[in-house]
Amino acid sequence: MSRPASEAEYLASLVPASVRGVSRRTLLRGALGAGTLLAAPTLLSACGGGGSGGSGGAATGTVTVGSNQSDAVPKAAIQAVMDAFQKANAGLTAKVNTIDHNSFQENINNYLQGSPDDVWMWFAGYRMRFFASKGLAGDVSDVWKDLSGAGMSDALKKSSTGDDGKQYFVPSTYYPWAMFYRKSVFEKHGYAEPKTLDEFKTLGTQMKKDGLVPIAFGDKDGWPAMGTFDQLNLRVNGYDFHVNLMAGKEAWNSDKVKAVFDTWAGLLEFHQPDSLGRTWQEAAQTLQQKKAGTYLLGSFVAQQFAKGAEQEDLTFFNFPEIDSTIGADAIEAPIDGYMMAKRPKNEAGAKKLLGYVGSAAAQNIVVKADPSVIATNDQADKAAYTSLQKKSVEFVSQAKSIAQFMDRDTRPDFASTVMIPAIQSFLKNPKDIDGLVNSIEKQKKSIFAS
Amino acid sequence: MSTSTTPDRTTPKPAGPKPAKLKRSKYKGIDHLSPVDRVVVSVMIGVPTLLVLWLVVVPAVGSVLLSFTNWDGIGPISSAKVVGLQNYKDVLTIYPPFVPALQHNLIWLAVMFFIATPIGMFLAILLDREVRGSRVYQTAIYLPVVLSLALVGFIWQLIYSRDQGFINQVTGGSIDWYGDTRYNLWAALLASSWRHVGYIMLLYLAGLKGVDPTLREAAKVDGANERTTFFKVVFPVMFPINIIVLVVTVIESLRAFDLVWVINKGRNGLELISTLVTSNIVGEASRIGFGSALATFMLVISSIFIVIYLRIVMREQR
Repeated sequence: MSRPASEAEYLASLVPASVRGVSRRTLLRGALGAGTLLAAPTLLSACGGGGSGGSGGAATGTVTVGSNQSDAVPKAAIQAVMDAFQKANAGLTAKVNTIDHNSFQENINNYLQGSPDDVWMWFAGYRMRFFASKGLAGDVSDVWKDLSGAGMSDALKKSSTGDDGKQYFVPSTYYPWAMFYRKSVFEKHGYAEPKTLDEFKTLGTQMKKDGLVPIAFGDKDGWPAMGTFDQLNLRVNGYDFHVNLMAGKEAWNSDKVKAVFDTWAGLLEFHQPDSLGRTWQEAAQTLQQKKAGTYLLGSFVAQQFAKGAEQEDLTFFNFPEIDSTIGADAIEAPIDGYMMAKRPKNEAGAKKLLGYVGSAAAQNIVVKADPSVIATNDQADKAAYTSLQKKSVEFVSQAKSIAQFMDRDTRPDFASTVMIPAIQSFLKNPKDIDGLVNSIEKQKKSIFAS
Repeated sequence: MSTSTTPDRTTPKPAGPKPAKLKRSKYKGIDHLSPVDRVVVSVMIGVPTLLVLWLVVVPAVGSVLLSFTNWDGIGPISSAKVVGLQNYKDVLTIYPPFVPALQHNLIWLAVMFFIATPIGMFLAILLDREVRGSRVYQTAIYLPVVLSLALVGFIWQLIYSRDQGFINQVTGGSIDWYGDTRYNLWAALLASSWRHVGYIMLLYLAGLKGVDPTLREAAKVDGANERTTFFKVVFPVMFPINIIVLVVTVIESLRAFDLVWVINKGRNGLELISTLVTSNIVGEASRIGFGSALATFMLVISSIFIVIYLRIVMREQR
């Protein structure tokens, strides 16, 4: 292989100086980038080394927090919470290590097996129980002894509990999924919130006549359509079936799942076409620009609306009832929160911090900074909420059962490598439901068997 | 390098490989190595061999071995269960994205090879003719190569986006370039070719500049026209460059990844084997065994091209 080397040398001498300079610089930059990537775990571990004090001791020293809130607004909110924590606890310092949201998720396995921060941000549901059962998360039942009497409901405690009955999670905020719409659009056309699927279909037909897209829709990233599947599944088959299906206990090629896809196929004419090339942000903008009537998404859709009057114009209704025997009292409201490392450097400090982030005082700060989410603590100050937040609280409190979300309720490998391609292929070709569900079931069996 | 070896060549033969040692040791023929030479040679062979073993062979063999397990990336590797050929069976029978990925990889290779590379070569030939402003063209065509593929993906996103993209704004159309499986592979290939053409152009232009001008003059004197000169004289002389262009094209096509990953993580019509490997292994999915089985398929495909390349190079050296 002597040839390429000598040729490369030969070529390098021939490249115009202007071009050569640029490309070498890019190379260097690339090398630097790669270097930082490689160095990232060590950096993290270096940051984790500042703690002192052990379990049982007085809570002093530094607590490190791994945060996946890398966007400007939530990042500032987390920092504000940590500052308030330090003020309330003299002798304790909270050090936030912010990691890009997607990188954090992609590297979570390595992160937790390396030297994770004392406390890190994560999600409730299967994803939390999974790490707890793998022995990668610390038991925070102590913290819950205080939280239970301080505004955290039993339902939240249940969703913070691992398979072994201990608590591994402290909820911070959550956000409901529903059909969002602009009040001004509904007023202008004289629409009413539909209660049943038939009413919704009538409304959709009317919206089409009025030149609106009935349901804004974007599934380029693969996960937003999981929300539609979940809503339909909760309405067609109910909450218990959702839980069992996600746990791998029900067959995906059963008539019940087929019914979900069938119902969805009947609704596709109301969905915004060409969804697979559109991000949720772009879809949200069609709602914001009043080109779409409704949009099924989490309340974080508000991030695409200007604060103030525009967000006040945004509201939502529950996903309509499909089967009156099943009803419409099951909703989805994924919970975000904090977990503790298996062996934190500063256990006493970490528990103190977890107790604080679960408190109403801390959550007031977060929900004020990011009004698209609501506090999990019942004692949080609801008077300061925007009308959307107030409606969210009411909506969640009326629900009988609360699901998380497909990719939080089932195995992550199943959700990302099977369900995303499967739902996308359904959206491309809604006719072959039998082939689709059989394919899902075969892959499910293989994955859940391992 | 050349300056340090020149004195060696000019010294008379009895000087041997190490002039400093000449005084004491007798010259024992060109095949004889002194102890110092042996150490130097073994270090020079040993260190790269260890590096190749450590960086290439061990990971490759490791992936193949992992592909027979169901390891989820958590806990010690000893906790993995050996599942035999199960992963391979799953890939071939129940994993819907695999066959499209294989097809897309081959389409990718074909388009790069038969369309993008010839265009790059053609542009190089045009620029070699010293048209006015050739420097400007050269820089303009080469510019995309400087950009990372991730950035290229983003730039084309601005052009292709269905609702806000440049093409649909100008034409008033509503084609979903990145989302509709009828178009998105070709749209991605166009974006990728945009970059590839510049790269090939530069490589080839450098080669053309190196062709001895007397060859062309001789051909001209013999009455050959431009086309004949190129195909009968210049092209054969450029054999080494042609091989490099071929190799670069094949490697770039097989490892195509960044662009489609930026577009939609290699789903929905943009499946490539590399993206399937990544989406199975990286992240919470952590299907290390299954992903390794996919990677093994990629290894086998790459090996076919490596063998072809090695055969060409070996034949040429003989």
